[in-house]
Amino acid sequence: MKLPAFEYECPATLAEAITLLAAHDGDAKAIAGGQSLVPMMAFRVASPSLLVDLRRLPGLDEIKIGDAGVRLGAMVRWRDILDDARLARAHPLLVAAVKHVAHYQIRNRGTVGGSIAHADPAAEMPGIVVACDAEIAVTGKAGARVIAANDFFLSALTTALAPDEIITEIRFPAWPAGRRFGFEEFALRRGDFAIAAAAVFYDVDAGGRAANAHVGVIGVGERPARLPTVETVLNGARVDAEVIARAAAATSAAVAPQDDIHASAAYRRSLVGTMVERALTAAAH
Amino acid sequence: MPTRFEVNGKPVEVDVEPRMTLADCLRNVLRLTGTHLGCEHGVCGACTVLLDGEAVRSCLMLAVQAEGRDVTTVEGLSNDEDLTPLQKSFRKHHALQCGFCTPGMITTAHALLTEEPDCDADRVREVLSGNICRCTGYISIVEAVLEARSAYRKGEGEPR
Repeated sequence: MKLPAFEYECPATLAEAITLLAAHDGDAKAIAGGQSLVPMMAFRVASPSLLVDLRRLPGLDEIKIGDAGVRLGAMVRWRDILDDARLARAHPLLVAAVKHVAHYQIRNRGTVGGSIAHADPAAEMPGIVVACDAEIAVTGKAGARVIAANDFFLSALTTALAPDEIITEIRFPAWPAGRRFGFEEFALRRGDFAIAAAAVFYDVDAGGRAANAHVGVIGVGERPARLPTVETVLNGARVDAEVIARAAAATSAAVAPQDDIHASAAYRRSLVGTMVERALTAAAH
Repeated sequence: MPTRFEVNGKPVEVDVEPRMTLADCLRNVLRLTGTHLGCEHGVCGACTVLLDGEAVRSCLMLAVQAEGRDVTTVEGLSNDEDLTPLQKSFRKHHALQCGFCTPGMITTAHALLTEEPDCDADRVREVLSGNICRCTGYISIVEAVLEARSAYRKGEGEPR
């Protein structure tokens, strides 16, 4: 369907963009790659009165890698992540997840900030930032603030972002060498949204036991989440087949997905256990 | 809103509503009807064009966002003298039946082969997973793209 009518502005500075968003009192939307927002508008699910295009804003498309971790500017595209050879070492879990994001053409336009602002519960990027305890840097009329990923996602398509706030950067904590990780996703077609997915990582202590386990799941709730009961199974344990099986069972017990057009709740609950099992198996080997 | 960009190497200036997608601008304003619109919400890939050489869905982009950019449509990937190697390969392998998805297949394959002339069949399938074809079953399309690789490797027959 054709898009509903709207006004369009393409400011050159972040301050102008925020002023424009604030002036429209929640009825304006920022547009980056538009790969989620334009389909929403085509379906008339979203019909903002004003689109504020972020494409001219300087400095939002950088990938910075340092001792404190990886910082992705909000306008970094999926393609930029896959093209940056440094990330294979600096954040291999991020790279593994982004390989599942959408299709070739969409990866050339879609941005990390856009995906997080959209907050689809089945999307990879929100899942990864929650699994990794990343931080979301935003700027609005009241100034800049940093929001923990776990506090950012409120529900499906609903975030803690105020109407006048723009995401500027996503900050991942440093990724130590030797960290074990896995990302597994099941989708009906390659590039489609996940029916269920799992992102896991843990460090290995001197005695060969898992520590600092993080288990994140995607597509099995209103928002992505870490599963503390599953992390407890892993922490202090040697990650062998028996532990992995217990972690998978704990995963299925910890989630409460809904029935929808793509899959029943029971199927999703079972599937996400399998995703965690596969991700941990990949991590352990 | 006046908007200037290049299409197939020629500068154009259009006056469009902000809500007009690049796809509609190409078809209805510039009359370049080679770009096809299937789903109009970013699922089918028929409307794929090249933006500064990169494959994008022209139904998910506003025409005003093309300001200053270089757009290549399927028309820009052909010439009047002969079929390009990619076109010849599509013909040889019967990589189209009804032809509706073909513009998107050609633009996507051209972007892929330009960047990755040594890609394997798995990579071709992965990239084309964003383009829906309801006739061929894809096998012939994958074969056509694979055979066209050699033309891109040698740098000859660049279809522009």
